[in-house]
Amino acid sequence: MSNTSVLSVRNLSVAFATADGDVIAVDKLSFDLALGETLGIVGESGSGKSVTASSIMRLNNSSSATTTGEILLEGTNILTASEDEVRSIRGKDVAMIFQDPLSALNPYYTVGHQIAEAYEVHHHGVDKSVVRSLVLDMMTKVGIPNPEKRIDEYPHQFSGGMRQRIVIAIALINQPKVLIADEPTTALDVTVQAQILDLMKSLQLEFNMAIILITHDLGVIAEVADNVLVMYAGRIVETSSVSALFAEPVHPYAFGLLGAVTSLEASDRGQLDTIAGSPPSLISLPSGCSFHPRCEFVEFGNGKCVSVVPELRSIGTLGSSTACHLSDDVIVSLGRKAARA
Amino acid sequence: MTNDLALQAIDLVKYFPTGASKILGRPTNSVRAVDGVSLTVQKGTTLGIVGESGCGKSTLARLVTRLIDPTSGSVLLDGVDITTLSGSDLRKTRRKLQMIFQDPYSSLNPRHSIGQIISQPLAIQHIVPKGQEMARTQELMERVGLNPEHYNRYPHEFSGGQRQRIGIARALALEPTVIVADEPVSALDVSIQAQILNLLENLQKELGLSYVFIAHDLSVVRHIADQVAVMYLGKVVEIGPAADVYSRPAHPYTMALLSAVPVARPSERGNGHRIRLVGDVPSPIDPPSGCRFRTRCWKATDLCAQQEPVLAPDEAGRVVACHFPNEVPVSLGIRPS
Repeated sequence: MSNTSVLSVRNLSVAFATADGDVIAVDKLSFDLALGETLGIVGESGSGKSVTASSIMRLNNSSSATTTGEILLEGTNILTASEDEVRSIRGKDVAMIFQDPLSALNPYYTVGHQIAEAYEVHHHGVDKSVVRSLVLDMMTKVGIPNPEKRIDEYPHQFSGGMRQRIVIAIALINQPKVLIADEPTTALDVTVQAQILDLMKSLQLEFNMAIILITHDLGVIAEVADNVLVMYAGRIVETSSVSALFAEPVHPYAFGLLGAVTSLEASDRGQLDTIAGSPPSLISLPSGCSFHPRCEFVEFGNGKCVSVVPELRSIGTLGSSTACHLSDDVIVSLGRKAARA
Repeated sequence: MTNDLALQAIDLVKYFPTGASKILGRPTNSVRAVDGVSLTVQKGTTLGIVGESGCGKSTLARLVTRLIDPTSGSVLLDGVDITTLSGSDLRKTRRKLQMIFQDPYSSLNPRHSIGQIISQPLAIQHIVPKGQEMARTQELMERVGLNPEHYNRYPHEFSGGQRQRIGIARALALEPTVIVADEPVSALDVSIQAQILNLLENLQKELGLSYVFIAHDLSVVRHIADQVAVMYLGKVVEIGPAADVYSRPAHPYTMALLSAVPVARPSERGNGHRIRLVGDVPSPIDPPSGCRFRTRCWKATDLCAQQEPVLAPDEAGRVVACHFPNEVPVSLGIRPS
C-alpha cells in the first residue's frame, strides 16, 4: 500500500470466547488510513465497528478475546507491541472519543484536571502552570466559552454538547495522528451534532489528523467522511469513496441501507425500502455470504452466495470494492438504480 | 368542535416542582416542562412532534395519555375531557389511547412471555371472552409480523425490531383509536427502523388509527407525519402540514433545526447552507423573557425580549409563534447575516 498511510490494518480478526461458542466479531479486516483523511465505518449493531476501534487502541486484549492480524501505526504493530509501548501510543498517537460524553468523564474531577491528566501521562515533569495554559488553549480551540472559569468546573456543570467538547479536548491535547470517534454525535441533539461535526472538521485541518468515524448515520457519513467501509456481521462488504457510496453503491446491503434512510424531502410518503429480517447471530453466521438470507438478489449469484464467502474485489470506475458474488455489470446497474431511488 | 378530531389538547401546562426551601422543604421553583400547548389530531392522521432534548416532547406524550396529571389544561379524546376522569371511566378511556415506548428492552417485562405481555391488557379490560385471549393474541402477533408460534417465548429471545413489534401488538390489543408513540424507532438500526415505520403506516391504513408520533429525528417525522408541531422549551413554536413546515419553515428555530440535519448527499457538503445555532437551550426553570428562542436567534430584537409571540397564522397562513417569521419562499441556501 502507499507510504502515506499512517495506519494500516491487515487481516484483523477478533474472536470472543463465550459460553455459547466463539463470537467472531471482526473477520479479516484490512484498510489503510492516511493523515488528514476521514474514514467512515458504517454498519448496524453487531457489525464489528466498535470492536475494530477498540482493537486499534488495544483495549479488548482481555483473556476472552483472541486478536490476530496486524495493526501498523507508522510501522509499529500495535498488536504485538509491549504493554509499555502501547501505553505510550494510546492517548498520544491514537486517541478516542466515545458516544456518551457523560460516562466518558469522571464526575469527581474537574474538567481541567481531566484534560491535564491526559497530557501529563505522556509528558512527565512539565510545570503545572505550563500544562494549565495548554489546557486553557485547548479548551478555547474546542469552543468552550470562558475557559478560565470553566476549567475548574465539574462535568455535571456542562451541557451534553459542551461535555463532548471536553472529551474532544482530552483526545486532542496530545495532538494525535489518529483520532477514533465512536458514534461521537449519536447522543447529541441535531443542532449540537452539527456544531460538533464542524468542530471535528476544523480541528482535523489544524492538526492534520486521520479520523476514523464510526456511525450508523449515513447523513453524518455524507457530511464528513472521505472514504467509507461498510461492515456487515464482522466483515467489510464494501469500500468506497463517500461520493461513490451515494452515487453507485456496490453491495446489496449498501443498496438496502440507502433505501431505508428517511429523507427530509420524502414527499410521496411511499413505503420505505427495507432489508428483510435482521442481522445474523455472530455465533452461527450463515454459510457463504453472511448477507445472503436477507439479500433479494441471491438468485443472480449462481449458487455461490450460499456456499462461498465472497472476497473483496475492486469494481466499477469509481475505485470501490465489493464482497459480492454478483457480476460486476449487475452490481453496478443495481447500485445506480438504488442510488437514484 | 367537529367529530373529525381524534385527540385535542387545550392549553396543557405541566410544571414539575424543584428545589427546596431550607426551612420548610417546600419546592421553591418549577421546571416548566410543558407550558401552554394546544394541539389537535385529526382522525386517521399522524401528528409528528419534533424538538430537542428537554423541549417537553415526552412530558407532552405522558400528559395526553394521562400517565401524569397536568398542572392545568385539558385533553379531549372523542370530545371527553380525560384529565378529570377517574375510576372505571378512566379505565374505559385508556382502552382508546395506547402508547408505544422508545426502548423495546425496558418496556417489556423480561419475566413474562410474549403471550402474557400481549394478552395482559385483554385480561385487565375484559374485552375478549375468557378462553379466547390466546386466539386474539396470536392474531395480533400475526398482524404485526411476528410468528404466532412464538407465543411462549420471552423478550430476550427477540431482536430489538421484533421487541418493538411486540410493544406495538400490546398497544393494539385494546383496539385503540389513538396511539402515542414516543421515539418508537430511535433505538433501532436503520434497516429495522424502516420496517417498523412501514408497519405503523400499514396499521394506520388498515385500522384507521390516529398517531401522535414523537421523535427527534426530523427525517423520520417527515416520512410519517401529516401534521408537524415543532417544540422549543415547553412551547409549540410552529405547527402545520408536514410538507409546508419542511419546505417553507416560518420559525427561525424550525429553519435552524432543518438545516442542521446531516443530509445523505455528499455532493451538497460544504455549500454553506447550514445555520449553526450558538449556545445551548436555556434552563426550563428560568426561561428567557418574551420569546424563549431569542437567546439563540439571529433575528432577535428588543421586541422579542419584551413581548412573547403568540402562536397564530402569519400572512402566508403558516401557524407560527414568532415576531419575525421567515419570508416566503424561504431559501435554506441563504446564510443568516
